[in-house]
Amino acid sequence: MYVAVKGGEKAIDNAHAWLSEKRRGDKAIAEIGVGQIREQLTLAVNRVMAEGSLYDPDLASLAIKQSHGDLIEAIFLIRAYRTTLARFGKTRPIETTNMACIRRISATFKDAPGGQILGPTFDYTHRLLDFTLAADSETSVVESQDMSDAQMLPRITDYLNQEGLIQQEIQTGDEPGDLTREPLQLPAQRDLRLQSLTRGDEGFILGMAYSTQRGYGRNHPFVGELRVGGVVVEMEIPELGFSIEIGEIEVTECETVNQFTGSKSDPPQFTRGYGLVFGHSERKSISMALVDRALRWAELGEDNVGVPAQDEEFVLYHSDNIQATGFLEHIKLPHYVDFQSELELIRKLRCEAEIPSRDEEES
Amino acid sequence: MTPLLSVYNLTKMYGHRVGCQDINLDLYPSEVLGIVGESGSGKSTLLNCLAGQLTPDRGRIQFKTRSGDVKDTLTLSEPEQLMLSRTDWAFVHQNPRDGLRMSVSAGGNVGERLMAVGSRHYGHIRTTAIDWLDRVEITADRIDDRPTSFSGGMQQRLQIARNLVTGPRLVFMDEPTGGLDVSVQARLLDLLRNLVRDMGLSAIIVTHDLAVVRLLADRLMVMKEGQAVESGLTDQVLDDPQHAYTQLLVSSVLQA
Amino acid sequence: MNEYNFAYLDEQTKRMIRRAILKGLAIPGYQVPFASREMPMPYGWGTGGVQVSAATLTPEDIFKVIDQGADDTTNAISIRKFFQKVTGIKVTDKTIDATVIQTRHRIPETSLTEDQILVYQVPIPEPLRFLEPYETETRKMHALEEYGLMYVKLYEDISRHGAIATSYAYPVKVEGRYVMDPSPIPKFDNPKMEMAAIQIFGAGREQRIYALPPYTQVVSLDFDDYPFEASKADHVCDICGSSDTYLDEVIVDDQGGRIFVCSDTDFCAAQQSAALESSE
Repeated sequence: MYVAVKGGEKAIDNAHAWLSEKRRGDKAIAEIGVGQIREQLTLAVNRVMAEGSLYDPDLASLAIKQSHGDLIEAIFLIRAYRTTLARFGKTRPIETTNMACIRRISATFKDAPGGQILGPTFDYTHRLLDFTLAADSETSVVESQDMSDAQMLPRITDYLNQEGLIQQEIQTGDEPGDLTREPLQLPAQRDLRLQSLTRGDEGFILGMAYSTQRGYGRNHPFVGELRVGGVVVEMEIPELGFSIEIGEIEVTECETVNQFTGSKSDPPQFTRGYGLVFGHSERKSISMALVDRALRWAELGEDNVGVPAQDEEFVLYHSDNIQATGFLEHIKLPHYVDFQSELELIRKLRCEAEIPSRDEEES
Repeated sequence: MTPLLSVYNLTKMYGHRVGCQDINLDLYPSEVLGIVGESGSGKSTLLNCLAGQLTPDRGRIQFKTRSGDVKDTLTLSEPEQLMLSRTDWAFVHQNPRDGLRMSVSAGGNVGERLMAVGSRHYGHIRTTAIDWLDRVEITADRIDDRPTSFSGGMQQRLQIARNLVTGPRLVFMDEPTGGLDVSVQARLLDLLRNLVRDMGLSAIIVTHDLAVVRLLADRLMVMKEGQAVESGLTDQVLDDPQHAYTQLLVSSVLQA
Repeated sequence: MNEYNFAYLDEQTKRMIRRAILKGLAIPGYQVPFASREMPMPYGWGTGGVQVSAATLTPEDIFKVIDQGADDTTNAISIRKFFQKVTGIKVTDKTIDATVIQTRHRIPETSLTEDQILVYQVPIPEPLRFLEPYETETRKMHALEEYGLMYVKLYEDISRHGAIATSYAYPVKVEGRYVMDPSPIPKFDNPKMEMAAIQIFGAGREQRIYALPPYTQVVSLDFDDYPFEASKADHVCDICGSSDTYLDEVIVDDQGGRIFVCSDTDFCAAQQSAALESSE
């Protein structure tokens, strides 16, 4: 007699054991340390922190190790951990003007006070595999010459602002919303849009930004300034009555300067897109700035030309890779109850349409 | 007799540019008002303001509902406006694609308004849809076809059926014959004239085509640069135009 | 760090979810937005149901989890183990013993009582979503009770197929007001929704909770002349012989031979042991 399938519990246990074996790989090779990941895979760590919305290089490194290097899985681990953390309060807004920059470039001016600082960048490397790295030795490290100390630099867009050529950002003093505490309600304000973009999937935001460059909502961006460096984090302690430094984080900030020909209420001037991301994440912060600018069409009185990057619902509802990957992968779960009812419906409809089944055709 | 629709000092600006300015008009039951003017004259802006698709900057619009109450349509709540737009009002767009659901069958298109106001009997909905398709000269065997497979003239007739199926008391039409071949236009005009006459429809028709209003409209309003420059009985305005612009409009048609 | 709060979520979060549940119960069928949290299982795998259960469970509760009607499907096991770990409460696979039942895609065959809560996992809470992709639009449609389009869909089904071609996640109207998605349960289960137990629906990724208080009127949408039919496979269960349960079709040999068995494994087992007892 048929007995319904059992043994799911044992199957799960076995799957987990196998997974942990796969994670370790060949035991003849030394196990990777969390410290090695933190120090040598920093850009992966940065991405996990940014999209996991939790600045903690050690935990991000652990998550990367545990996830076999699957960064979306690592981000997921960080998010699930983050949600259990008690919230003590919030910091003061970080002041990126006071950033200790290790890199700062502008595409809009040949030079500016403070100069162009390339910093550690892939930009001008030749993408040739460096086989010296394949040899596990330290020989391939080139010491950088004349590495000036991180420095504080004026903002490029402030120069445009002095002339009134760029749209002013109004400080409203409103408490910014928090996607992780309040449900996303649409239409969203810019604070929520920026929050959503900064923790959104790098690939998705990049694709959206790229689409605006290719004509799906062009907004003619220039990188006004891109800066990478450390900023201090301060927190107001009610008992003390003043704020104290609680640490330093590395962030990447991008301000784009965009063409704007004016509208019925505003004179022609430049406008801005803004990107700010945890860690050194240039691609993400520039992409974010482009998408931010595209989403500002209503505020700036521009036309909605019906492209994806202008569509707030489309962008915000599809940028989160944890939501996306979960829903995508859930189709692996059993759906046989629904499939059964579809089977019966198809049979019934075919029967009503008097399409003979294959068995009958043959007989 | 109280008017069905009264408009007072209606004004709509686009920044500093005038959409339409200080428009006043009355529409009486079973009357067809034509609004003519060249493109950019503000006639479509006016129509969209009247139909609740644009919000005017100033002015009042009063509508006499089925129950006989006179209501200011600009201050109606959203549910009340919606109810009006799917019962008492209808809007025929110039481009049938704007007024039809292109991925829904002809029958579904005609049936939607019926279902929106509570019809729950498939057979009745279908019978009514077939009846209306017949009235706009679409054969019953096309009921399950999508409008994408229809010609432009057929799509426009389907849009008219979809709008008239719930017996609206006021129909707004925006260039209903625009974009159609001349021979197709003639047939559609003839059909519209019969429907208007048989149903005693009240309608406001915006067009740049004087032949359309000559055939359909009882009264005429001529617009230029957002202003109403002349209005009166259709024959009177067309045969004895007073305003220089109307004279130009009429003579250019006669020459053409 | 293995010390999690009872039922994983912190108390503030649970209170927030409970407020959403209460609002949902007060406005049956209305989708209440809530600030869904990241859970340690993926979105789409029951995070909405898990959060509702976490906010609902007390240490005295007895918990049952089913997926496709069965307690032994992998995702049901995974969720049940998760709650055992983070609450330490008793679990069961007996419908009659459970106080809270979390389900995916089925309603148990055994009638539920006033002392029970049924928690559904919901992937897409918006019944109008596939007709209108924009949330700002669908919320307005619900507010204005603009459901004509929903009927257009049913009309199109009949005109094309001669029947309403929706076999699961079949839309319902709640207390004559809100059109609601019952989650992807087969339409066979729809009539069971007028029940004694409280029903709570959680959609984690979409950040919505909705609910049905006991004995709420739930009507499956249809036409007067094409009435709703709660259909199932035209067979009896090959194991327990039940003729009024939802059946899974199982392929049992290489020739494609198939049998039909109850999808509700607990119900099927109970029928078998009852039959055994009466034969002894």
